[in-house]
Amino acid sequence: MITSIHPAFIFIAAALVVPFFKGKLKSLFVLLVPLFGLTNLLGSSMGYHYVIPFLDFQLILFRLDSLSFVFGLIFHVISFIALLYILNFKNDVEYTSGFLYAGSALGVIFAGDLLTFFIFWECLTVGSMFLILARKTKASLEAGYRYMMVHVGGGLILLAGIVMYIAETHSMGFNEIGLGSVATYLIFIGIGINCAWPIFHTWLTDAYPEATIGGVIFLSAFTTKTAVYALARAYPGADILIWIGTAMAAFPIFYAVVENDLRRVLAYSLINQVGFMVVGIGLGTELAINGSIAHAFNDVLFKALLFMSVGAVMYRTGKVNATDLGGLYKSMPFTCLFCVIGAASISAFPLFSGFVSKSMVQTAAADQHYYIVWFVLLFASAGVFHHAGIKIPFFTFFSHDAGHRVKEAPWNMLAAMGIAAFLCIFIGVFPQYLYAILPFQVDYQPYTLEHVLAQSQLLFFSAFAFCLLLLSGIYPSEIRAINIDTDWFYRKGSRLLYRGLDFGLNGLNAVTRLVVVDKGLGFLTRVTRHAPAMFLSVFMTPLWALAGYSAEERVKRRQYIYQRASRVTFPVGVAAIIAVIFIGALFFL
Amino acid sequence: MENDKKYLWDNPRNIRILLGVFFVLCVGLFMADFVVYRKVHLKFEEWPGFYAVFGFVACVILVLVSKYVLRPLVKRPEDYYDH
Repeated sequence: MITSIHPAFIFIAAALVVPFFKGKLKSLFVLLVPLFGLTNLLGSSMGYHYVIPFLDFQLILFRLDSLSFVFGLIFHVISFIALLYILNFKNDVEYTSGFLYAGSALGVIFAGDLLTFFIFWECLTVGSMFLILARKTKASLEAGYRYMMVHVGGGLILLAGIVMYIAETHSMGFNEIGLGSVATYLIFIGIGINCAWPIFHTWLTDAYPEATIGGVIFLSAFTTKTAVYALARAYPGADILIWIGTAMAAFPIFYAVVENDLRRVLAYSLINQVGFMVVGIGLGTELAINGSIAHAFNDVLFKALLFMSVGAVMYRTGKVNATDLGGLYKSMPFTCLFCVIGAASISAFPLFSGFVSKSMVQTAAADQHYYIVWFVLLFASAGVFHHAGIKIPFFTFFSHDAGHRVKEAPWNMLAAMGIAAFLCIFIGVFPQYLYAILPFQVDYQPYTLEHVLAQSQLLFFSAFAFCLLLLSGIYPSEIRAINIDTDWFYRKGSRLLYRGLDFGLNGLNAVTRLVVVDKGLGFLTRVTRHAPAMFLSVFMTPLWALAGYSAEERVKRRQYIYQRASRVTFPVGVAAIIAVIFIGALFFL
Repeated sequence: MENDKKYLWDNPRNIRILLGVFFVLCVGLFMADFVVYRKVHLKFEEWPGFYAVFGFVACVILVLVSKYVLRPLVKRPEDYYDH
């Protein structure tokens, strides 16, 4: 039997050698790596590979089952698309960190034990951070730093959980964990931070819009989806996930409406989509889990497509704020078309990919009688159409003409967008191919008349509301401003902490210096130097008075004492010897 | 001059046609509810026009809440974090 190569190793090896290639050969190499990886994955047999004994445990580096296969497949596909998209930048930092990042993501999903899982999980942070830093602006450096701090913190929580969990269960296998002990909750939160749960979510909306144009394509695909995978593996059916996911689906859409930076709008809608997946995992039924996985698969494609189209516009015009864009359908018609396809897919229009997966989660929620959840998800569906489906294409390519007359995006960007757009439509029209690779047998039919009709009504009347609001002038005009979120607490809060520490610790320092160094030491020196003399002179003064010395004589004698004291020539030694002799005499007598 | 070139949506007539077609489609979709039988999970899914009304109201609420509640709370100048 030929053992296949570990998918992560292919990408990580590529990360190490890619800087040594030059020119066209480099572009060719970059594109061949994910294709080679894909054939390698498709040729791998299901089961455990690379099982290594480790102390009393086993490391399972490559576990291929139906769940990890789906994620492995889409990660290979999106790596190819993203690498094709960044070809024209010819940036070694992006290539290397992109490969490392994709390789780590594959390492996480194929890990069969918690140690391997954790190591690749940390590599994710390293690989992804450089895609943010590579933009080399002040904002990106700062955002990258904050991004790293959050993920390192999350990683430590995860590590603490893993160590405790192994100690509890005496097993290192990465299987269903379920919520119970403190350890399981720590792992849960560690994964949740990468999953961008509410309150923890700001690393995403803060850092992704600051990443490079190409970097954000990788970013949108891997970190949150590996977290979704980890939740599906370890915590299927955890009730609390239903409510976390519902909150994730709902709150970002409000932010997305008032946000001016279009990549930040997409970052918020990314959280909104991951919310659907988290709800599905929380519901835990076969239909719901299938829905989550299918939606993760589709989301990787259409979210990347939207980020790519906005990125292409940013590449040509140098602008990314809605206030600076508009009318670009004239100069970038193909990019516009691909953006609209991405928008239709994320909005779950019939015949586009979102339609065949998002509704699985919603149907599962109704089947389980979670009506509030169902209601909020329906609201979120209308909302996502509103901000990602309409706002992104409308303010970029239509709306008022901002006067940009630029060239269409380069061929490689168009090709990357074209492949993603094709897959979005292909999955939307032929969902059976996606359903065939899902973990459970699928008995779900998206194309019923009632479903198509209901979804069309929902979307058309959302668009109708948008039209009326826009025509009546009620629609919030785009404003050059930022909107604060929970990252305020660590961005402004850290400043407060810094100032507090500055005042507190430096104040303490200053006081200590004043008291101990400046005053205290001098005082101590004076005391040790003069104390015996002072004591003696104080003691002697009444005796001198009794002896009838004149004031002059007394001053002279006092000076004499001080002199002796400073030279340390008191007859202490003589007194000590006499005392020793005296005690010795007593002893012998 | 390229700037003088007339594009598809520069002509107000085209926009009017688009909106007209769109409104007709909306009305058609709304009316379809009176014809199509819907197998339902929830009682109110049976109401004709439920999804249409929901989509419309949801978007209006979304926009109004975002504009009049969220934006005043969270809007800051672009250089807010710089000093």
